[in-house]
Amino acid sequence: MTTGTTGLAAVTARARELVPAAGVITDHARLRTYECDGLAHYRVTPALVVIPEDAAQLAGVVKACAEQGVPYVARGSGTGLSGGALPHAEGVLVVTSKMRSIREVCRADQRAVVEPGVINLDVTRAATPHGYYYAPDPSSQQVCSIGGNVAENSGGAHCLKYGFTTNHVIAADLVTPQGDLVTIGTAAPDAPGYDLLGTVVGSEGTLGVVTSATVRLTRLPEEVRTVLVGFQSTDAAGAAVSAIIAAGVLPAAIEMMDALAIEAAEAAVQCNYPEGAGAVLVIELDGAAVEVAEEYAEVERLCRENGSFEQRLATDPVERALIWKGRKSAFAAVGRISPDYIVQDGVIPRTALPEVLAAIAELSASTGVRVANVFHAGDGNLHPLVLFDETREGEAEAAEEVSGAILDLCIQHGGSITGEHGVGMDKAKYMPKMYDADDLDTMQLVRCAFDPDGISNPGKIFPTPRLCGEVPGRRKGAHPLVEAGVAEAF
Amino acid sequence: MTTTTTAYDAVASACDDVREGGPDDAVDGVPVGAVARPASTEQVAEVVRAAAARGLTVVPRGRGTKLTWALPPTSADVVVDLSAMDRVLDHAAGDLIVEAQAGTRLADVQATVGGAGQRLVLDETVRGASIGGTLATNASGPQRMLVGTARDLLIGITVVRADGVVARAGGRVVKNVAGYDLGKLMIGSYGTLAVVTEALFRLHPVPAVQRWVSVPVDTPDRAHQLAQAVVHGQTVPGALEVDWPAGGTGTLTVQYGGNPDGVEGRVATALSLLGAEAVVADETPAGWASYPWGAGETGVKLTFVLSGLRDVIEAAHEVGATVRGSAGTGVVHAALTDPAGLDVLRAVCGRHGGSAVVVDAPAEVKRSVDVWGPVPGLDLMRRVKDQFDAEHRLAPGRFVVSERRDLG
Repeated sequence: MTTGTTGLAAVTARARELVPAAGVITDHARLRTYECDGLAHYRVTPALVVIPEDAAQLAGVVKACAEQGVPYVARGSGTGLSGGALPHAEGVLVVTSKMRSIREVCRADQRAVVEPGVINLDVTRAATPHGYYYAPDPSSQQVCSIGGNVAENSGGAHCLKYGFTTNHVIAADLVTPQGDLVTIGTAAPDAPGYDLLGTVVGSEGTLGVVTSATVRLTRLPEEVRTVLVGFQSTDAAGAAVSAIIAAGVLPAAIEMMDALAIEAAEAAVQCNYPEGAGAVLVIELDGAAVEVAEEYAEVERLCRENGSFEQRLATDPVERALIWKGRKSAFAAVGRISPDYIVQDGVIPRTALPEVLAAIAELSASTGVRVANVFHAGDGNLHPLVLFDETREGEAEAAEEVSGAILDLCIQHGGSITGEHGVGMDKAKYMPKMYDADDLDTMQLVRCAFDPDGISNPGKIFPTPRLCGEVPGRRKGAHPLVEAGVAEAF
Repeated sequence: MTTTTTAYDAVASACDDVREGGPDDAVDGVPVGAVARPASTEQVAEVVRAAAARGLTVVPRGRGTKLTWALPPTSADVVVDLSAMDRVLDHAAGDLIVEAQAGTRLADVQATVGGAGQRLVLDETVRGASIGGTLATNASGPQRMLVGTARDLLIGITVVRADGVVARAGGRVVKNVAGYDLGKLMIGSYGTLAVVTEALFRLHPVPAVQRWVSVPVDTPDRAHQLAQAVVHGQTVPGALEVDWPAGGTGTLTVQYGGNPDGVEGRVATALSLLGAEAVVADETPAGWASYPWGAGETGVKLTFVLSGLRDVIEAAHEVGATVRGSAGTGVVHAALTDPAGLDVLRAVCGRHGGSAVVVDAPAEVKRSVDVWGPVPGLDLMRRVKDQFDAEHRLAPGRFVVSERRDLG
């Protein structure tokens, strides 16, 4: 194994043999355009960018990396918010943007087969004529790629009812860190053996690169009702959420925004949310029309009983889109009220919502750092937006501190440091707060199985990589087929 | 000194309840050296560590309802009997989650959470099954159609590794992408990667009303057409089952759960889809959420994409198999009296993107057929096994793959 420039030169040479010239980038100025993903304050210029056109080219490049011991990082659309696709300075950035074919949409099987560079929303667009859609809908769905979604196990507003990427990917072609192309999972459910796919989805590119994904398509609902509800306070809105869940209603989505987030959204997209609201809920119900009608009556009553002062039911797709526009633009909208901000992503048990929101407010008051709250209230996934002005001395550090303290609150309440944005580079340091050394060591057994040399997206997720030792081969008690040499025992 | 006393001696002081294995303890015919019945994750770890120190094989056991599933272990020096770990540790109703020890019966979990109008949407396909055994075998039933299987419900897990180290993954919240999803890796691994000791699941509300709409079907094609009509329809069924006894004709049953008016409306639509012969029941139909095979028969799990339903039923008919299961997801179980039919079933499932795995069968059948069949990603699985259990001491041989397979 070689390292450093010799290895890289060999990988570059191999990439030029495999990939058309335009897909091999070595010019420093052009390399710099790939220096970050959606989390732009981490910047690393990759040593080489390769943009393969198919799985064979991609596998060939990874195989060259493996032979030379050169690290590589896969990147889809680069919209990730945890630095998961942050390049490696001495490594290759493998970009999947030219692998954009939707190979198959099969209504009878409720399946689509797509390449990793395919944009999330394009899967839904391809399925809609058949009466279907692709359920996971991250806010960035107009630009983010399926490959990135698979790496990050992306969620979205509707995962409360429909689950995450991992619940919708059923098979995949994977280029292993050795450069081998293998299929994991089957087009049918419950592939035999270990659930490798469930392990790969959400592994943030550390176990290989997916070059094709077979995804489940979901029937478009007969009826969708979206209602915007105004409350005086986040406490009242939170109580309404608890009441809805306790009543046994499972909406497709329940989103909450607090006063500061509403102010920002109004400034940016004029979504006309209820005036003077301390919090709004966006509640969406979907399913069979008769069922939705009954659920809506219940939701309407529960919101009223918990102090809503205005309820606005979207009566057509335009109104529905406007309600969602305020919510989906919330992150960017905060740019209207603050020059800089941190998008946090933490999770708490839903019942801890009032307590945690109060603690965040206290934190904000005591530090003078403003925090706008936008979140998936149904599943306790908080996206506090921590506001600051980088040009002012100390503000960035103060914001970083508040942001970290919010994660501590999540952990203290039995939650998670990330609900959908991933650990990436950004949160690796928090992993030991959530898991102990044995937990992390056990996760890294998986890493050692897939990537013993640690070349696939190194430095992400885990603060300290495990050294993958030799595996002793001692076995005990052979099966007759094993003894006969025709089988192997697990 | 016999092997039996060696195994017993090795683990005797690891927990309070250890005895020598007797004839009744045999695991699918394999004699057991010692049975340890730990009462906590820490005690499981003690037992597994003690076994590791002597290089002994370890086979986990929940409630023993599916011990004959998959292949018998090649050796079972120590059985870790989890039946003393039978407590629901926490039911956070407001958060719709439940945490239970691995030996807890699924029925006991349902009884606990049912008090709050909630349920763990896993069917009790084998009476008396435990949480741990359900995870280890990835058992599923009709309700997989709407909510999914164990992999869609498990949110946190505690395991004891082959070296006795205790590890946790996931957590107490449904939405969580921090670290690798080790829980999914354990599901369906038949105890070959680690011993599961505790698990956390998300819960769902119990529907106010449930109805079952059944219709007789006399040809596989008719079953196929109706199943397609239901899945592409707008009635949001909770389950769509086919039941087709060998040599007879079949029944399709669609289950609905929800609010009274909603269910009534959806049932009315279903009746119009399924035709004049369809009938509505307000109680669970006979055979619901159960497997079709009996003693002496070979039970096979068949998976396929939905467009394969017709061919799968036809093939089952051809080989004299009874089939029952989720026509709405492409996961059914077959009961074969003559295991020779396995190859036919495996071929048809393979053509339709799936597999045919022998779940349960008499020992002599399991010795004579390729139980697992082709397994995609086998090399990676081997590497995972080698990392988790380098000495292959955990449930060795449960998951065996013949190299005569045609991976295609």
